[in-house]
Amino acid sequence: MFDNLASRLQEVFAGLSSKGRLSEEDVDGALRQIRLALLEADVNYQVAKDFIAQLRERAIGADVLSSLTPGQMVIKLVLDQLTELLGGKATRLVLSNRMPNIIMLVGLQGSGKTTAAAKLALHLRKKGKKPLLVAADVYRPAAIDQLQTLGRELSIPVFVGEGGIASDPVAIAQAGVRRAVDEMRDLVIIDTAGRLQIDEAMMAEAEAIKKATRPDQIIMVLDAMTGQEAVNVAKAFSERLDFDGVLLSKLDGDARGGAALSIRTVAGKPILFASTGEKPSALEEFHPDRMAKRILGMGDMVTLIEQAQEAALEEEISDEDTERLAAGRFTFDDFLTSIKQMRKLGGLGAIAKMLPKEALGGAALDESKLDDGMVNRSEAIIFSMTAAERANPKLLNGSRRARIAAGCGMTVMDVNRLVKQFEEAQKAMKQYMPKLGAKKKRPKKKNKKKKR
Amino acid sequence: MSELSWRERLTRGLSKSRDRLSGQINSLLGHTAELDEDFWEGLEESLVGADFGLTATEDIVSELRRVSDARALPDATAIKAELVRLIAAEFPTEGDPFQFVPVTVLLVGVNGTGKTTSAGKLAKQAVDEGKTVLLGSADTFRAAAAEQLDVWAQRADVEIVRRERGSDPASVAFETVERAEALDCDLTIIDTAGRLHNSPDLMRELEKVQRVTRDRANDPVFTVLVLDATTGQNGLTQAREFNKILALDALILTKLDGTAKGGIAVAIARELQIPLVRIGVGESIEDLRAFDPEEFAWALISGNGDEGEGE
Repeated sequence: MFDNLASRLQEVFAGLSSKGRLSEEDVDGALRQIRLALLEADVNYQVAKDFIAQLRERAIGADVLSSLTPGQMVIKLVLDQLTELLGGKATRLVLSNRMPNIIMLVGLQGSGKTTAAAKLALHLRKKGKKPLLVAADVYRPAAIDQLQTLGRELSIPVFVGEGGIASDPVAIAQAGVRRAVDEMRDLVIIDTAGRLQIDEAMMAEAEAIKKATRPDQIIMVLDAMTGQEAVNVAKAFSERLDFDGVLLSKLDGDARGGAALSIRTVAGKPILFASTGEKPSALEEFHPDRMAKRILGMGDMVTLIEQAQEAALEEEISDEDTERLAAGRFTFDDFLTSIKQMRKLGGLGAIAKMLPKEALGGAALDESKLDDGMVNRSEAIIFSMTAAERANPKLLNGSRRARIAAGCGMTVMDVNRLVKQFEEAQKAMKQYMPKLGAKKKRPKKKNKKKKR
Repeated sequence: MSELSWRERLTRGLSKSRDRLSGQINSLLGHTAELDEDFWEGLEESLVGADFGLTATEDIVSELRRVSDARALPDATAIKAELVRLIAAEFPTEGDPFQFVPVTVLLVGVNGTGKTTSAGKLAKQAVDEGKTVLLGSADTFRAAAAEQLDVWAQRADVEIVRRERGSDPASVAFETVERAEALDCDLTIIDTAGRLHNSPDLMRELEKVQRVTRDRANDPVFTVLVLDATTGQNGLTQAREFNKILALDALILTKLDGTAKGGIAVAIARELQIPLVRIGVGESIEDLRAFDPEEFAWALISGNGDEGEGE
């Protein structure tokens, strides 16, 4: 995410910091590089121009030239301004006390509304809501089937218009809200058809749905790969529907996502969510500050930590386990659990993307070399062990190893390698567990943040 | 549909957008007497604003400047004609898969670009031309993708090969080719699941679909990337990655209505030398049109002339 912009800016600053001190031409050169990077990242060209103009003023005001570490100072300025441009503080989805709460999703064709509807329903169910999905896209073939299938998989009910209202999105939306009231559901998510901002009839239809259901929140779903057109789309939808926020989809791609940078400035609407994967659970709250750091290659550790905690919560590690681990008695079952948790975080590639660059030795990451296959093979080997062997790895003598290798279709050498890795992990565990124990206060801190 | 009406349609589509390139270029070319630095910088900005990307923009503008100096182009009109020529020249003209009979076409691309819809429209068009067509739904991932293609199959009155969700897409492709042979089809279109190009597992899966299709098919197999015209610079990355793994044969550019952009198609065509063979300029079936570089370039930079400017 934003990878190229990050590396470009790093390139600029690497050049600057090696000199120690900046001349005015240096600053101009850096600003030009930043502008080019922004443009290549699909930031609207007017937004990029304004950004640079502001940055120049700040740089002069902050007296970058006389600073001892001008490179770092410029980085901080860019970071601050990027954060601001991305919306400042994180904006949360605001739901009212009304029963039911109504969220309406709008956007262009193919932006990912139907998938987003399901993800949002799942996300808010985790927060204690009882959602009802309403299928109001009567145009795209099988759009209703798609939402029904997703609803079935997540055990979330889907309202579908039948009979006289089957082809009337406004009536479907209204009936959906009534259904929610009847069934005591406290949240309605209306999935609407994709529409072009210049399609008068379709925009009028969206207005009619809004008028008929009076949604608490209208969320525009925007493809993170959108180019310069993003601002026109946002402007037009804002004028007609006065939507409340944006859900940025397909951020798991490598689009630099300049659309996200432009949208707040041009349409004045916050970005609420980011969709970061194909799985229904791949939806994050959007954090401008983290995103800005990510843009500058400073990693997104906070997101990673939150996700790891969520994965751990689902797994419920018992106190007994913790004690056993702290004593360094780490078993192959624990190994399996960590593999499972890693998968939940999206595999090695997804984790690596969120790590700061310096953690990866500053090198650009070759994702193809992050081999999830190796993880799968380790898993296969462990699956071929007996329960006793998993609990007590010391049992693994030569003949047992040969049996395990045959059982999983690998060589004894592979098994040996895994056992060796495991022993190293065990050693590392013994070394680090006391330290981890000392940092136990972390999760509490995070809970506090969530309540805000 | 006559030539005039297609041109009108494209022009209309392109001219709808409010922040249009054509308006900007027209005002640049129409009202700037002098071809000074402001003029060239403005032109650069317009092309960037149309998603051409910096590299393509800088190359095209510097070439335009060179030609302008060398031939002492007298005025804005001459420059405009030259710009059209330069843009149009970026597109390879050979290699439309749909000219072959029989042929198998594999539609690939990232999520939400309009692969399934394009498959449906292409099938209907071919049927109307009197061809025997078969559709195959190798998108076994997205919920109801097969149902969506099924609706199109009914509209076009063609057979469809589909399996339940979660099946191996390569096996669906295999069966489709097999069935196409039995039916003696002129055109076989295989729809695949949308996937992000930076997902190695999914790209490998697609590679397998292509390999199985190629191995089984006796007819030529063409792999066509479907690209959303609203895509920005990531479109180039997409095209590069899909091309690296699948060796793309052609491009289809969808959703060109409502946007004066589509400049990314120019950037892709010039870098990868892949022909653009169809463009989608509207929702109806006939709105998926054959591509003409001259018309496209002209529509992209001239639109409806002066009309849109006051907006």
